[in-house]
Amino acid sequence: MIRTISAQKITGTVADLCLKANLVLRPDMLLLLEAAHSRESNKKAKKALEMIIRNARIAKREKLAICQDTGMPVVFLELGNGVRIKGDLKKAINKGVEKGYKKGYLRSSIVADALSRGKAGYTPAVIHTDIVRGDKLKIAFLVKGFGCENKSALRMFNPTVEPGQIKRFIVEAVKKAGADACPPYVVGVGIGGTADYACLLAKKALLRRIYAKRSTLNAKLESSLLREINKLNIGPMGLGGRATCLAVKILTYPTHIAGLPVAVNLNCHALRSAVATI
Amino acid sequence: MKKINTPLVENEIKKLSAGQEVALSGIIYTARDQAHKRLIQALTTGKSLSFDLKGAVIYYCGPTQRPKGKIIGACGPTTSRRMDEFTPALLKAGLKGMIGKGGRSKEIRTAIKRFKAVYFLAPAGCGALLSKYVKKARPYAFAELGPEAIYKLKVKEFPLIVGIDYKGRSVINEPF
Repeated sequence: MIRTISAQKITGTVADLCLKANLVLRPDMLLLLEAAHSRESNKKAKKALEMIIRNARIAKREKLAICQDTGMPVVFLELGNGVRIKGDLKKAINKGVEKGYKKGYLRSSIVADALSRGKAGYTPAVIHTDIVRGDKLKIAFLVKGFGCENKSALRMFNPTVEPGQIKRFIVEAVKKAGADACPPYVVGVGIGGTADYACLLAKKALLRRIYAKRSTLNAKLESSLLREINKLNIGPMGLGGRATCLAVKILTYPTHIAGLPVAVNLNCHALRSAVATI
Repeated sequence: MKKINTPLVENEIKKLSAGQEVALSGIIYTARDQAHKRLIQALTTGKSLSFDLKGAVIYYCGPTQRPKGKIIGACGPTTSRRMDEFTPALLKAGLKGMIGKGGRSKEIRTAIKRFKAVYFLAPAGCGALLSKYVKKARPYAFAELGPEAIYKLKVKEFPLIVGIDYKGRSVINEPF
């Protein structure tokens, strides 16, 4: 059975996701921030965390953007092979972004040409599509601010590398970002695949719910990295303290015998995403 | 918390030390990447600037659109380091204060010391909260730049931390 989904339906869903992601902080992020706040002993850092939490409450209550950098919209689609789209899928998504961003008084941050720049608008979004089994369309919407996107890192390791070196590279990426990209961070890590695919995995890792189940191996590496990163003493606004990183999320993929790509995609404390299934 | 006003005068700047919390009131001007580029072009070609830099405070910020019934949208700081290449010329021309987030290069720390200026940290990623401290806002120059235009803001007790003081001391432990 082929199920038909109209372009209008997609546009409406994307518009809603834009608003939800930009105005309401993910509940798992709020929980992490509250936990970080309650265990912080550095007075200045604690106060900064308190302001971050207050900011999220004000944004939700007053329908204000959590952050003025309403990001580059990044859309991840899981399109069922039993779905027929009536209309143009990409156009429908970008129309939804336009609609949502306009409605939410969000910022136009996208320039049409990376080199000649020019006047900023809302679109296009960066769109990744996976074809999966089924008759549904899952849309995950990520608001990626560029303060943190600018601190992304990629390294093509030798296959014989010691795990310690990989860890050092990831910790170093956070150290280099320092206080510039709005700590405490969520650190997305992609390991394996190709250079481009490792980068995609690192970004996709940010979409995972913080408390979602993962393999024991990844979980072990994640918590060990979290401990290491939090020894950096960067803290919110760069004021020091225990909260430099709130969570590390790792996604892995098979890779070639000759290599080991590792990508880091940092996110600020305002990790903004929303998901819907049509 | 220490209260200070714009325009900033050297006597007051010298009372501030890195790490100190301050509440800033008065006029500040937003300017980020493209506005900085244009300000520097104007300075180098001898054109008059859109505002008097003497004692002025620049806020590295590009707000969201103004929602109906509000003074301004979310208006938190952007990454200061991107403005480093333009900053020494502005300090030389009289700029006294900058507001942003994150660290600055060694060159900027030196320039701040040389020109007896100050760099403030605003609560990063708190654009909704910070909008509450803005009492007036209007586009002031380069309106065609949209969110990157220069806005003139009147702020009341804008919550800041001294990031780099006039002695060039930084509250952020700089890795570089």
